[in-house]
Amino acid sequence: MSRLLGKANYLALLPLLIALLFGGSPIKYAKPKLSDYGFFEGHMANQNPVPGVMPYDVSAELFSDYALKSRFIALPKNQQLVYQKDGTFNFPQESVLIKTFYYPEKFRNSNQGFRLIETRLLINTQEGWTGFPYVWNSEQTEAYLEIAGKRLNVSFIDPAGQLTNFEYSVPNFNQCKGCHVNQSRMIPIGPKVRLLNHDFDYDDGKMNQLEKWNTLGMISGLPRVSSLPHTPDYNDLESGSIEERARALIDINCAHCHRLGAPGETSGLFLNIEETDPTRLGIHKTPVAAGRGSGDLDYTIVPGQPDKSIMVYRMASTDPGIMMPELGRKLVHKEGVELVKKWIKEMEK
Amino acid sequence: MQNHLNFSIMKLIHQSIPLLFMAGLLFANIEKNLQTQFILAEPGDTITIPEGLHSIRGTLSIEGKSDLVIRGQSMDQSILSFSNQDEGAQGISITNSTNITLEGFTVQDTKGDAIKIQYTDGIIFRHVKAEWTGGPKETNGAYGLYPVQCQNVLIENSVSIGASDAGIYVGQSNNIVVRYNTAYDNVAGIEIENSNNAEVYENHSYHNTGGILIFDLPDLVQKKGGNIRVFNNLVESNNLFNFAPPGNIVGKVIPGTGILILACSNVRVYQNTILNNKSVGTGVVSYFMTEEAIKDSLYNPYTADVHIYNNTFDRWAGLPELGYDIGKLLAVKYGRNTPDIIYDGMQDPENSAGLCIQNNDDARFTDLDIEHNFEEWYSPFISNFSEDMSPHNCGREHPLTSSVK
Repeated sequence: MSRLLGKANYLALLPLLIALLFGGSPIKYAKPKLSDYGFFEGHMANQNPVPGVMPYDVSAELFSDYALKSRFIALPKNQQLVYQKDGTFNFPQESVLIKTFYYPEKFRNSNQGFRLIETRLLINTQEGWTGFPYVWNSEQTEAYLEIAGKRLNVSFIDPAGQLTNFEYSVPNFNQCKGCHVNQSRMIPIGPKVRLLNHDFDYDDGKMNQLEKWNTLGMISGLPRVSSLPHTPDYNDLESGSIEERARALIDINCAHCHRLGAPGETSGLFLNIEETDPTRLGIHKTPVAAGRGSGDLDYTIVPGQPDKSIMVYRMASTDPGIMMPELGRKLVHKEGVELVKKWIKEMEK
Repeated sequence: MQNHLNFSIMKLIHQSIPLLFMAGLLFANIEKNLQTQFILAEPGDTITIPEGLHSIRGTLSIEGKSDLVIRGQSMDQSILSFSNQDEGAQGISITNSTNITLEGFTVQDTKGDAIKIQYTDGIIFRHVKAEWTGGPKETNGAYGLYPVQCQNVLIENSVSIGASDAGIYVGQSNNIVVRYNTAYDNVAGIEIENSNNAEVYENHSYHNTGGILIFDLPDLVQKKGGNIRVFNNLVESNNLFNFAPPGNIVGKVIPGTGILILACSNVRVYQNTILNNKSVGTGVVSYFMTEEAIKDSLYNPYTADVHIYNNTFDRWAGLPELGYDIGKLLAVKYGRNTPDIIYDGMQDPENSAGLCIQNNDDARFTDLDIEHNFEEWYSPFISNFSEDMSPHNCGREHPLTSSVK
């Protein structure tokens, strides 16, 4: 009897319990707590990855209410990412992408006083990619699965010294797919060649991330890295022209929806970095299904006139019936709005 | 051994706390409760919206589900109010699903669209109401009942009130039935846009800016609509001011529009009762009327193969809406006796099937011939509109039948 109910056996019961609760839903692939996965060693909030869990970053980031983010990728043992011609990867089953959202108390002195808010896991399950949000407890010792999302009060002091208080929203299980979707299937957004193709500060020195992953045997079929595209860091003035930086910003913040095959396609507005058609990019394009999101303006972009451009109006709003993106943002990305304004301002009329 | 057993059970309970916690949420608050049920639903489930006026702060979403029924007690008893919404643009959002039935509830005062359905095959709205309770206002959400890029859509016995674009709107979809619904105080009561195989019948659309709109617009993913039948509807007194936020194409619809067909082909409008719409009882116009540039090379801006027959028209004598160019034109030419059927004369040069008008009692007609009549600013005053319907009498194709209503 004691053997039947030993440690190994009650652990074996857990999936059953989860299966009973969640039936055929992909939620059965999730563990109840972040620590159950064993991605980190030591005090979990310090996010020291165990061997096999690889930190990375992306050159252009989705704006998430000024949250800082740490990212890790965990591939199943001896398996590889397969390079695809379109600049994405095929991920082996059971790959996990780990992204933690956190705030420093003060952005100016970001070494002290971090508060971890949530960790989102994207797991490539038998049924395809699935997103699971884990919310950190106030003791910062554990994060728990919260499928229905959660609202949390967050305050931080921004780079300008201003205290910001707002209600942070952890997305629910469905909302993950609202962004991570293509042709009705969930996909990762960040780990693409063009967003990874830059140096990362590893413990053993700086190295291009793709080179590093390749050296470690994490990728198969990768072409010469110098031949691969690179998305500029829109925050870095040196990284590209205003147009290049603005296109990088709207690509990562808008194109997950505003792209053929994704929900924003109904509007006919396509904002992916590869798009070249002026109308599809919004230039002199009348809004479709925008409602009061149009802000009484006629076109998505009016070259030379950012204040007459619906794109700027919607980026600068926090009204849920107006703002873009629709989700994942409670604050205005002031620097982003300024960059897009500059881009439209200098556009040829 | 006893200790070990207790210890194991304790640990099991401990490990299950998050799960129990989630289960507990099912009884905590209605918003989290409904959202959790929407996430955990299994095929065949019915999720109940309890009786009462429930305040909801964020979009409720259903994603990737099949064979679900979402059912309230009734339209008047189960009400989801979004007047305090601070997250998400829609009230309810359903995506990538199959065979979803929404029944017997109301969605109120959403910041954006009330109920949006996308990429879904098989969606039924039955006795569902979308409404903005503060009357017609520009700040109301755009669409009430809003399936887009869907297959097999049925909207019946439902109601939409106050949408700042269209109350009942089906866009870029195929195989559609919209019947027995009521729409009022919207900009457009019912709108079918870039959609195929639609039947719109026995609806009551009144006190909107426009009663029923059948549109094909450029720059969209699904390019072309067609095979649309609009019949046995009562379309009356759609004379409401246009409160669509400027910039939206529906903002160009003149108040006093009954049925408007824009740039669409293969449309049948019959046995409708079209009463007291002061400007355009029924309009058949090309996209050129919007005065927007066309940059979509795959877009066809013309109407073609539109048949209007066996309808009953009536309107009291009165001026059309004068704040719009078309209204001014009609007033200059016809005074208080605006014609019932208005055509812009822009026949698709590549489609021989034209506009057919038959047996609409003594309905009056005008062809604005915009291609030739508007070359100079003073043109309206010298224009020769044509009231001659004979070019549009397409033989004996449609035998006379009496209107149902």
